[in-house]
Amino acid sequence: MSGRPLPRAVGLLALVLAACTLPFVLSNFRLFQFSQVYIYAIAILGLNLLTGYNGQFSLGHGAFYAIGAYASAIMMDRWNIGYGWTLPVAGVLCLIVGFLFGLPALRLEGLYLALATFSLALAVPQILKYFEHWTGGSQGIVLSKPNAPFGLPLNPDQWLYFVTLAVLVLLFWLGANLLRGRMGRAIVAIRDNHIAAEAMGINAALYKSLVFGVSAAYTGVAGALSASVIAYVAPDSFNVFLSVTLLIGSVIGGLASIAGAVFGALFIQFVPNWAQDISKAAPWAIFGVFLIGFMYLMPFGIAGGIRLLWTRATRSRVEPEGRSAVPTQAHTTT
Amino acid sequence: MRGTRQLLALVLVLGVAGLAAVPAGAQTMVGVTATEIKIGNTNPYSGPASAYGTIGKVIGAYFKKVNDEGGVNGRKINYITYDDGYSPPKTVEMVRKLVEQDQVAALFQTLGTPPNSAIHKYMNQQKVPHLFVATGATKWNDPQNFPWTMGFQPNYQTEGRVYAAHVLKNHPGAKIGILYQNDDYGKDYLKGFEDGLGDANKKMVVLKQSYEVTDPTIDSQIVNLKNSGANVFFNITIPKFAVQAIKKVHDIGWKPTHYLNNVSSSLATVLKPAGLEASKDLITALYMKEVTDPQWRNDKGFTDWVAFMKKYYPEGALDDQSNAYGYNVAILMTQVLKQCGNDLSRENIMRQAANVKNLELPLLLPGIKVNTSPTDFAPIEQEQLAKFNGEKWDLFGELFDAFRKN
Repeated sequence: MSGRPLPRAVGLLALVLAACTLPFVLSNFRLFQFSQVYIYAIAILGLNLLTGYNGQFSLGHGAFYAIGAYASAIMMDRWNIGYGWTLPVAGVLCLIVGFLFGLPALRLEGLYLALATFSLALAVPQILKYFEHWTGGSQGIVLSKPNAPFGLPLNPDQWLYFVTLAVLVLLFWLGANLLRGRMGRAIVAIRDNHIAAEAMGINAALYKSLVFGVSAAYTGVAGALSASVIAYVAPDSFNVFLSVTLLIGSVIGGLASIAGAVFGALFIQFVPNWAQDISKAAPWAIFGVFLIGFMYLMPFGIAGGIRLLWTRATRSRVEPEGRSAVPTQAHTTT
Repeated sequence: MRGTRQLLALVLVLGVAGLAAVPAGAQTMVGVTATEIKIGNTNPYSGPASAYGTIGKVIGAYFKKVNDEGGVNGRKINYITYDDGYSPPKTVEMVRKLVEQDQVAALFQTLGTPPNSAIHKYMNQQKVPHLFVATGATKWNDPQNFPWTMGFQPNYQTEGRVYAAHVLKNHPGAKIGILYQNDDYGKDYLKGFEDGLGDANKKMVVLKQSYEVTDPTIDSQIVNLKNSGANVFFNITIPKFAVQAIKKVHDIGWKPTHYLNNVSSSLATVLKPAGLEASKDLITALYMKEVTDPQWRNDKGFTDWVAFMKKYYPEGALDDQSNAYGYNVAILMTQVLKQCGNDLSRENIMRQAANVKNLELPLLLPGIKVNTSPTDFAPIEQEQLAKFNGEKWDLFGELFDAFRKN
């Protein structure tokens, strides 16, 4: 991830500008799909923080996604709170829930933690039905799509696209800053060598719980955005498969990678649809082939694969500094 | 973050793909050409409800039969169906694809209450026919607020009214006890039943007990109902609790006239686990010919269906009631398209869907007729009662019409 800061900033700016032109060239349906990609990307970045950078597994992030979505939906439905205000509230709520869940989860490592979080994914859709008075039970809550404010000449799909894009850019910027600093080094150090990190004075327990909280907050904000974009929440929207899908996106995109979250989101949004176009009879078999193909060709995720290609292409000009970051990440997270 | 160029390229490629998919301006007749008409559908081909996915397939098979026989008024039906996995966000995406990208003329038989709830508003904002949805909720019959959405099967309120009509006629002085699930489904049944009883409701219903779907057991509710002195029991429960209720009623020696909602009328998942002896004399309401019931073996509707299944959908199971359901509703849809003649505008499709008169479908119970009108978006409102004889359901009595005097 090293590099000359200026071209990278220019490249990122160009990318954001390109994303801003999409609403004026794409159909509303495509915009809706890209809004979903950005939402998934935020959720996957949350998962990447936890799994990729901190080495803690989660098969339960669909639960935080659901909590964020319902928090936002209930606030909009019950108290007529603007969707914009519900996003930070959903984020803080998930931060607290994630932090509290992270405390007991500290005792669990690897696969055991994965199972513990999986139970969360299993339980939340049923718990939602229990509080029917608030959640609408299995019928869910029907919402309205927000219109563009200030009389902007944008339709709801265009406006929501810009909202999700803005939240994405903000959260990615915050995430990148977090990881670049002291905290980021501590988070990665815990993943790479727990004991050494503690010996260096890092409070591993606190950090791990915090990362769990922050990770849940990201995913919760994504869920809250999805409530507005889909304009409906129901327990069936957040089944176990959602958690698995997020994990697939995270691994396929590239685990310890910020850009990887976007690639992973593109994958889980579009590849199932392509699979369905290729074969109506066995779309999930085709999806499986895609999945295996990607893992085989790009064992470090799409972001890792691209980085590798880039390094090869530029090796004649720039010697890579020290060891590549990619393989170590892969080792520690498998 | 060196992948930016590649990402940019990817974004551009996808952008171009998206552009190519943007349709030309919409005409009054969308999804219709001189040779075809596009009909869209979503079904759970994967996921927790995938057992229902066969409905989407049998519908496709029936439309193939229609096309092989020349289509509808010279037009072939182009049936586009996508998997939504019973996940509402996926339904929204797939339905938007059908409406905005594939440009279907109408949406037909989208399955499940939550998936349809997610697209209810959207379909009515877009003014696209949202026909014969595959769910029993009552809210699809609301032509005033949702003039583009229509249900198909008898809804829960309709069924509740049928039981009420039977009670009024046969047990006019009864004391009624009711057990219901405390959610939309249970309250729908309850409302239909109480509306059906009308003024007699206050006098006759002596005790109502509810349970939460998360409760472990309903034993105490059953005991309370027995102690209330009720001699008629209306049992509004999903299969898991229906089994418990039937057993408990039997075990404590309560012998009411026991009405069991159709939701839990399955022999395999309810009556057998509850015990066939305990299930004897239960009463439920049916509207379709049960394909496993030997009494239909020589029925024309049934034999036609078997011939159709063997030719067009040989991999479909002949003992799966869903395949009969899909066959029925596909015939109804074909009839609506026939009625449209050459005017296949969305407005006219909706007009004709609300103008089905006395249509009999081959696998509905004899005498049941499909009727709709601009103020009645509930196509099937007749049912017949059946009593469990210890082996199977025996139909008895005449047809009950939920909204007409019998």
